[in-house]
Amino acid sequence: MKKVNWFVVLAGAAVGLAAVLLTFLGNPANMGFCIACFLRDIAGACGLHSAAPVQYVRPEIIGLVLGAFVMSVAAKEFRAKAGSSPAVRFVLGALVMIGALVFLGCPLRMVLRLAGGDLNALTALLGFTVGIFIGTRFLNKGFSLRRAYDACAAEGTVLTAVLAGLGVLFMLAPALFKMSEKGPGSMHAPVLASFGIALIVGALAQKSRLCMAGGIRDGILFQDFKLLYGFIAIFAVTLAGNLILGSFKLGFHSQPVSHSAHLWNFLGMVIVGWGSVLLGGCPLRQLILAGSGNGDSAVTVFGMMAGAAIAHNFGLAGSADSVNEAGQYVVGGIQTNGQMAVLIALAALLVISLVHLPKKEH
Amino acid sequence: MVDARGLLCPMPVMMVRKEVLAAAPAALEVLVDDPCAVENISRFAASQGYSVAVSEQGNDVKLELTKQ
Repeated sequence: MKKVNWFVVLAGAAVGLAAVLLTFLGNPANMGFCIACFLRDIAGACGLHSAAPVQYVRPEIIGLVLGAFVMSVAAKEFRAKAGSSPAVRFVLGALVMIGALVFLGCPLRMVLRLAGGDLNALTALLGFTVGIFIGTRFLNKGFSLRRAYDACAAEGTVLTAVLAGLGVLFMLAPALFKMSEKGPGSMHAPVLASFGIALIVGALAQKSRLCMAGGIRDGILFQDFKLLYGFIAIFAVTLAGNLILGSFKLGFHSQPVSHSAHLWNFLGMVIVGWGSVLLGGCPLRQLILAGSGNGDSAVTVFGMMAGAAIAHNFGLAGSADSVNEAGQYVVGGIQTNGQMAVLIALAALLVISLVHLPKKEH
Repeated sequence: MVDARGLLCPMPVMMVRKEVLAAAPAALEVLVDDPCAVENISRFAASQGYSVAVSEQGNDVKLELTKQ
């Protein structure tokens, strides 16, 4: 169990390198990849929310899913399956997205932010770990979303087909989509570079089973650190890249697309960690599983997009720290709506966890 | 026999762990359909002193765990 799985390390290193490269090519700082942010941008581009700074058809998401699809077919691992509590997974996807957007990043971006010196991601990592720990307690008590069953190929390819279609439409008729003119959504690497790099990363993530939640979860449950090595490799390579490019800046304040409202960073990622354990994987893993034929993960991704729309339409998402006209540093974070949403999401996770425990035998 | 078909990780390996910790069987058969589960169960079994024989059963995979 203690043996290092070098393929996971290689995959993690490739993800880190890809993230540095994509940032260098134009993606927002510490956002080479962010599954939550990029799904949120796609939701915005399709008009599901109207937050003008975060609307763009991110080719990275399309590339990740297509890469996983191609790799799973090539490795004869593609298998269309569905039917494991899809409606609950949709809700869990939405909750995970709401938590991620409170923090302003998925677990992958949390690692990238940490590697950029953003110490707010450390608070988030603590919350993520606590969330995973809570989730594992329910797994130990028998939590299950029940089994999936073989499905027709169409069910297993639905997200791949939808995203491929979205990519084609984006290339042929970009005017169909809303595009940010300023803010994070306006900052992006060239389309083909984003797509090509993500295609490779998607294939590697499929083959290596890379999962940001799985590393900590398996460490807690089985003292199995295989996936954690990938997590560490992403951090190490991104840190090295940031140091070389001079984009490493240590501290809590004035970090890119980040806020220093610590309690809410912590609780946002408790939601993400807990929800990811219940779902069986982090947002990145859900994309990869969906590309590999899992219809339930496709539903989860649609749930995440709905969650992004809810987060922005109801003002739940975090806002970055800023400097006002008087030159004072203003801590961002979330407003009352967002704070209520965090508490509701935690309550919802508790209910979902409890109602999926085995019935007591009398 | 542990039937973990249709379940994603970590559920299959948790079911195996439950059996192993409860009864420490000399041999255990496990049926899965997720390639990730094959890898995780094999690692867990090895850590508990079991050898693992893997064979395909149609679309599923059978793991035969034997205490060494």
